[in-house]
Amino acid sequence: MKPRTALSLVAAAAFGLAPLALPGWVMFLLTLALAKSVVVLAIALLLRGGLVSFGHGMFFAAGAYTVGLVMKWFGLQEALILTALGVLVSAGVAALLGLIIARYRGIFFAMLNMAISMVVYALLLKLYWVTGGTDGIGIRTPTILGMTPDRQNLRLVMYYFTLVLTLPAFYAVDRFWNSPLGFMLRAVRDNEVRVEYMGSSVARVIYASYIVSGALGGLSGILTGFSVGHIVPELAYWTTSGEFVFVAVLGGAASIPGPLVGSIAFEFLKSYASKYAAYTWQMTLGIAMLLIILFMPTGLWTIYDLLTRQVRSWRPSSKPAR
Amino acid sequence: MATILETRALTKSFGGVLAVGDVSVAIGEREVVGIVGSNGAGKTTFVNLVTGYLKPDRGRILYAGQDITAHPPREVTRLGIARSFQIPQIYLSLTVLENVLIALAARQGEGLRPWGPLSTRAREAEALKVLEPFRLAEHASRPVSELPEGGVKLLDVALAGALMPRVLLLDEPTSGVSSKEKFAVMDTLVRILAERGVTAIFVEHDMEVVTQYAERILVFHEGSVIADGAPQVVLEDPEVRKAVIG
Repeated sequence: MKPRTALSLVAAAAFGLAPLALPGWVMFLLTLALAKSVVVLAIALLLRGGLVSFGHGMFFAAGAYTVGLVMKWFGLQEALILTALGVLVSAGVAALLGLIIARYRGIFFAMLNMAISMVVYALLLKLYWVTGGTDGIGIRTPTILGMTPDRQNLRLVMYYFTLVLTLPAFYAVDRFWNSPLGFMLRAVRDNEVRVEYMGSSVARVIYASYIVSGALGGLSGILTGFSVGHIVPELAYWTTSGEFVFVAVLGGAASIPGPLVGSIAFEFLKSYASKYAAYTWQMTLGIAMLLIILFMPTGLWTIYDLLTRQVRSWRPSSKPAR
Repeated sequence: MATILETRALTKSFGGVLAVGDVSVAIGEREVVGIVGSNGAGKTTFVNLVTGYLKPDRGRILYAGQDITAHPPREVTRLGIARSFQIPQIYLSLTVLENVLIALAARQGEGLRPWGPLSTRAREAEALKVLEPFRLAEHASRPVSELPEGGVKLLDVALAGALMPRVLLLDEPTSGVSSKEKFAVMDTLVRILAERGVTAIFVEHDMEVVTQYAERILVFHEGSVIADGAPQVVLEDPEVRKAVIG
């Protein structure tokens, strides 16, 4: 078995068994971290193409609000159907916006995403008779495959529900990165001229990747909405989008586990920093980020790379000594 | 010999400078044509116009009888015209093999497929075949950034060749390649192109390469074609010698 596959299986097993060893509040933080790691993964996906989005909060909100509004208006409770609907709507929003956004690069791409995200935020805020305005919308406990989780086990059920949808999302992005489109996205970052001279459309590569990224952003918002039980317009606010980019850099956007590691580190760091430094927790996060950039410019996942390199150097060489 | 590529009164200016003026040429199928001229003569501009990188101010470009004048590079490429560049255009963060695999996926129309691996056994075997004549197969797993300048140049040519074009335009294919390897590479390249029935148009400064491999020469001078014919005849012309060699 390849070390990578073994590590993935160990990680999946560790997440599966975590509730046996960890207290409830840690499980809640872990659920949130898992849920948000998917939108960080969506950011990392685009970063492969050299594209930074400061507006992914809009997809996060699109997924969450689809679930909230469908529950509110139609009384639909089934989590899997709600999730599928939310992902479809987010992908649809990305497909629509991508028609314009996929034509831009660099700072224009980043700012255009942010600008549209702020329009979405304003709409969620002002259309209070639909969205509940600043009060947001409460997300009731959903049913899962027709079964309603009881209150005692709700946290545990939501953890496993999130885990079951998060891990396949990571697997899917891993496959995506190894697919022709995934490589084409890297090719776009390296040399757009050559991509066009291979008969491919740069705009289409970005457009297709943007839709995948938007769908992931929506899934993340849905899972977060289910975990927290309440959604507000701030999900689409630019600082929320900025936080996703922050976490992508923190964990390491070049690897698949990076967004997950970054998301877990961020949720726990934020939780502890706000507990022990209630008025300066943002400063604590800022300092942590500075240290990461200085000592681990490719993110926290660098630690794993360094460790595996070290282990390899300890192994006795298979070649005979001269 | 049927005409595969034709330009009619092709003209392009940059500001007040005429880069290509009223160039009308017809290239036959399977021809190997060398384009020569001093720096600034309009050779690369001509290639850029034909491949859709630049839009002409006037004139038309016909490929197999079809007007491709306003076509963008990706459409020109899809129709069967590929090119290499004076400054190689490759994917620097990827390996040599991955560069070719992307070209093959693009050619097979699978560039937008978000599932299934890029690197399949069949595609990998084909990519190694593409790299073999350029002596790059042994460097397949190396990042492109580790290749010497000549290797990068050859990879650029290999990427264009991987697209299986009917017309291949090569902008200084041997610049940066060691003089020892230059002729070996050109021998192989010309042989492969002949086997595949590809029409080749190459811009070249090295007169030895031009005389040895081109069946026909177009001499560019100040944006115009001042001579067109067999190398032995054209390069004997004193006016051409003055314009090209100085």
